[in-house]
Amino acid sequence: MAFVSTNEMKAGTKLLIDGEPYSVIDNEYRKPGKGQATNTIKIRNLKTGRVLDRTLRSGDTLEAADVEDTDMQYLYSDGQFWTFMDPKSFEQIQAGEAAMVDAAKWLKGEESCRVTLWNSVPLYVAAPNTVELEIVETDPGLKGDTATGGTKPAKLETGAVVRVPLFIQQGEKIKCDTRTGEYLNRAGK
Amino acid sequence: MTDLNPAEPVLSWQPSATLDVLRARAAMNTAIRNFFALRTVLEVETPVLSRYATVDRHIDSFRTHTGAWLQTSPEFAMKRLLAAGSGPIYQIARVFRRDEQGRHHNPEFTLLEWYRPGFDHHALMDEVEALLQQCVSTALHCERLSYQDAFQRHAGFDPLALDAKALEARARDTGMGIPESLTAAERGDVDLWLDLWMSAVVGPQLGQQTPTFIYDFPASQAALSRVRPGTPPLAERFELFWRGVELANGFHELTDAAEQQRRFEADQAWRRDNGREVPPFDQALIGALSQGLPPCAGVALGLDRVLALHLGLPTVAAAIAFSSDRA
Repeated sequence: MAFVSTNEMKAGTKLLIDGEPYSVIDNEYRKPGKGQATNTIKIRNLKTGRVLDRTLRSGDTLEAADVEDTDMQYLYSDGQFWTFMDPKSFEQIQAGEAAMVDAAKWLKGEESCRVTLWNSVPLYVAAPNTVELEIVETDPGLKGDTATGGTKPAKLETGAVVRVPLFIQQGEKIKCDTRTGEYLNRAGK
Repeated sequence: MTDLNPAEPVLSWQPSATLDVLRARAAMNTAIRNFFALRTVLEVETPVLSRYATVDRHIDSFRTHTGAWLQTSPEFAMKRLLAAGSGPIYQIARVFRRDEQGRHHNPEFTLLEWYRPGFDHHALMDEVEALLQQCVSTALHCERLSYQDAFQRHAGFDPLALDAKALEARARDTGMGIPESLTAAERGDVDLWLDLWMSAVVGPQLGQQTPTFIYDFPASQAALSRVRPGTPPLAERFELFWRGVELANGFHELTDAAEQQRRFEADQAWRRDNGREVPPFDQALIGALSQGLPPCAGVALGLDRVLALHLGLPTVAAAIAFSSDRA
């Protein structure tokens, strides 16, 4: 069992608190001139997403959570579970809806995703930073209008809806940033 | 310890401060030296390595493999110079404190420390203010609040009237972050609760408009200051806060050798009882005090923080050429 001291708790450090896995967001060290120092850590519960503060005496230790990030290939979904495969061991795991909250709408299959595992259970799945997807539904825009800067909603083949420039047409393939949910540019067909 | 987290990125070769900040830092040092030259305060240099160390309950020293300790402040050696008849002295000193790391802390930092024979803590506060006017802005003026008034104003109670139990109850009522690992002895310690109140509630509100001195501390937090008899007795100590950050700590200095030795021994006993390292206290300082330290006031001002606040930098690391994560 590994323990982490307050001065080793950095953004991204994974901790096990009251049996739940947390990720450190921020660590504020406070010390009155000649007095007891404290660290107030801001932590995110990796199962529920809830963020909370915890104050520790400087030098206190907490148990490290056995959390690891691995890149896995998305295979398919049955609507309830999303199945991923480790490209080296070919081992397959299933992620539930909670872990897919951000990634599900960007995936159609075979993408390599960053999967956060805790005791081999997927806690969170991140889609690739950028994806190229086809537009299945959008209002006809003004062809050739590349200057006015207006946008319209467009539905992608995976179900995600992004705002695209007016000149983009249904059936076109576009590149999006999954972290911001924004259109980046046209992708080659 | 097994590292379950991603490996640290490779150490950056680049400075943590911009070159403009480093130029401002050099200008500040020049302004400080001019300030003291005009006032005929002598610049001195004292050893960074010593066979003795501070025994302060909440300050931990680095130790070299030869057994020498790195100074956490140049205080002891400077007082030996005062006892030797130096007259007023100052030093821009690099000091080292283990595990002090954060937005406002770097384990290695720079203190401007100076001593004024014949001054009390109020006269020295005047001089700290004059120095800041020279280094930061001539328009800068400081406010003064007693420790008691600061708590009355920002925490809504009299810090000299409440016991540990009452301070804890109020802390829990406000939802203050309280470490769960406190021992029964710690929970019964008034100073622990006053420290938590100071760092979580009172301190962050101090000096928001203008730098603010807090003076006359509880006698139990005297450190190396003299205690003025009274009901209750008060320590002639001050701290300076600016935008919630502590910049300076000053004392109307304790000159009584026996009392100093008693405090050192009490601090050592506390450290032993709390499982902390117990360094040897400075026998040479006791020797100097026995010989006779002139009545004086002294202060240590954190220059990295002064610069960071003056320039509006988000962290003290941005005021230091290479902060500890790049050193």
